[in-house]
Amino acid sequence: MTAHDRSLSDRPLFQVQNLSKYYGARIGCADVSFDLYPGEVLGIVGESGSGKSTLLSCLAGHMAPDTGRVIFDTALGPRDTVTMGEAERRRMGRTDWAFVHQNPRDGLRMGVSAGGNVGERLMAIGARHYGDIRDKSIDWLGRVEIAADRIDDRPRAFSGGMQQRLQIARNLVTGPRLVFMDEPTGGLDVSVQARLLDLLRGLVREMGLSAIIVTHDLAVVRLLADRLMVMKGGHVVEQGLTDQVLDDPQHAYTQLLVSSVLQV
Amino acid sequence: MTAGDYNFAYLDEQTKCMIRRAILKGIAVPGYQVPFASREMPMPYGWGTGGVQVTAACLTPDDTLKVIDQGADDTTNAVSIRKFFQRTAGVAVTEATAEATIIQTRHRIPETALTEGQILVYQVPIPEPLRFLEPRETETRKMHELEEYGLMHVKLYEDIARHGQIATSYAYPVKVEGRYVMDPSPIPKFDNPKLSDSSAIQLFGAGREQRIYALPPYTHVVSLDFDDHPFVASKAAHDCDLCGAADSYLDEVITDDLGGRMFVCSDTDFCRCRRAAGHTGRLGAPVTASRTVAPPPPPSPTRGEGGADPDLSDPGASPPPCGEGLGVGGHRHDIKETAE
Repeated sequence: MTAHDRSLSDRPLFQVQNLSKYYGARIGCADVSFDLYPGEVLGIVGESGSGKSTLLSCLAGHMAPDTGRVIFDTALGPRDTVTMGEAERRRMGRTDWAFVHQNPRDGLRMGVSAGGNVGERLMAIGARHYGDIRDKSIDWLGRVEIAADRIDDRPRAFSGGMQQRLQIARNLVTGPRLVFMDEPTGGLDVSVQARLLDLLRGLVREMGLSAIIVTHDLAVVRLLADRLMVMKGGHVVEQGLTDQVLDDPQHAYTQLLVSSVLQV
Repeated sequence: MTAGDYNFAYLDEQTKCMIRRAILKGIAVPGYQVPFASREMPMPYGWGTGGVQVTAACLTPDDTLKVIDQGADDTTNAVSIRKFFQRTAGVAVTEATAEATIIQTRHRIPETALTEGQILVYQVPIPEPLRFLEPRETETRKMHELEEYGLMHVKLYEDIARHGQIATSYAYPVKVEGRYVMDPSPIPKFDNPKLSDSSAIQLFGAGREQRIYALPPYTHVVSLDFDDHPFVASKAAHDCDLCGAADSYLDEVITDDLGGRMFVCSDTDFCRCRRAAGHTGRLGAPVTASRTVAPPPPPSPTRGEGGADPDLSDPGASPPPCGEGLGVGGHRHDIKETAE
């Protein structure tokens, strides 16, 4: 199944036009443009300092870009999220959007039980029935393979992989349409990574999610991403279908990146 | 230094103006925490520095002041703050809720319904209801600004998940006029319904945190809850052992080391008035007839000059309005000391 089979409309879900962010005279990311269609997964790869995280922060509204437009296809039609009010942007951040942090500690409330963590987004959008919230939390813990009897445990009692899965459950519980992921598998050992990727791939396919995944791990994008963007020094140096970019890299840096992967 | 060396009510007029501006802003935006330049007060933080500043800014020479601490008029915090204003402002003081024009309170709302024209001043240790849920102050301000209060329910969710019910029993969060979520200071949740639609002005002062907030009269205040776990204003399932009241908030007093205990009204004035009116609880001694209802004393400007607490220790002072000064008050005092 390809991305285009899954898309219900030809209208892009998310459009980025000439986005730039400067830190004083230094470039964070410069002149980035792309379209993301419903159900599509975009990978952004590049070395440390290439502007991946800056770009993702600007896209998710955590940081204000200096120039450019970030247009999201909301229920009320396409809207520029850079110029919309903060209240509206933050509301979108907990309904239509989700953000999975590299470090689950950044995305979870460590002092709140797993059930409370999953339920927070529900309560944030107005759920006020304890029983319903709890049922939904249990359902989502099951979907990310966390046993229901761990619902009242704090995240700090969980392993790193479980914390990351809990963070994913917490983000997906409100049925977002677009998920931003910043190195979702960073810091996990390879077997846990493999399970997490498997889970993510299943959820993305099943829910028809669009996702933007920032990573430096080419294996992750190979598995998850439909399309790939390669960044260096704040600029996008190459973009295209994942397999195409990885199998036939055109830009010198992409060639270097692909050939740097260790073969076991 | 004598009392005459202080400006009226201790604070200088500029400071009082500044505090009054904060109070007015707080009343204009019910539930919103207004920052103010809190002053050093001659008492430690945690003893009501915020409440004292608000009271000082509201006091006029014609006011009658009542100070309560956990409902009681005769505990350390109440006695020392009452003395402070007797000395620095020379205002009349009282223990009778109905007679007071300004009531400074620590952690209780009087049982007797408040009336128009009265001001209730709360001492607030932590004004930010989201403090222990979200440590960043910049973020909590943003959450108030954008009305993002889902996190408050996470706290209640955690309560139910861990205890099977909403176990928060004091400082129970409320929503004011459908807008701001507010910490009502650590009053028992039994008192929460009294916050709403009160005839009196309610002012909240947090000295260390430098915040003032307010509820104007007849403000709609709702305690947060879940549809399937509604808010319950709970109290100990007993009657008062002194006055027999079934509907007042009770303190549990341990009377010996053999498991003996008694429950007494935390509002001492309410309890005393009931006993003076002839109500008697399980352990209460009957009150002699001669000590019942005396006319309320006229406000006397010289009342505060003695320095000592006139209500409880000075036989020459006017008796408290319900007529019970020495006998029962002293008895109750003994009980409290036993408890400590």
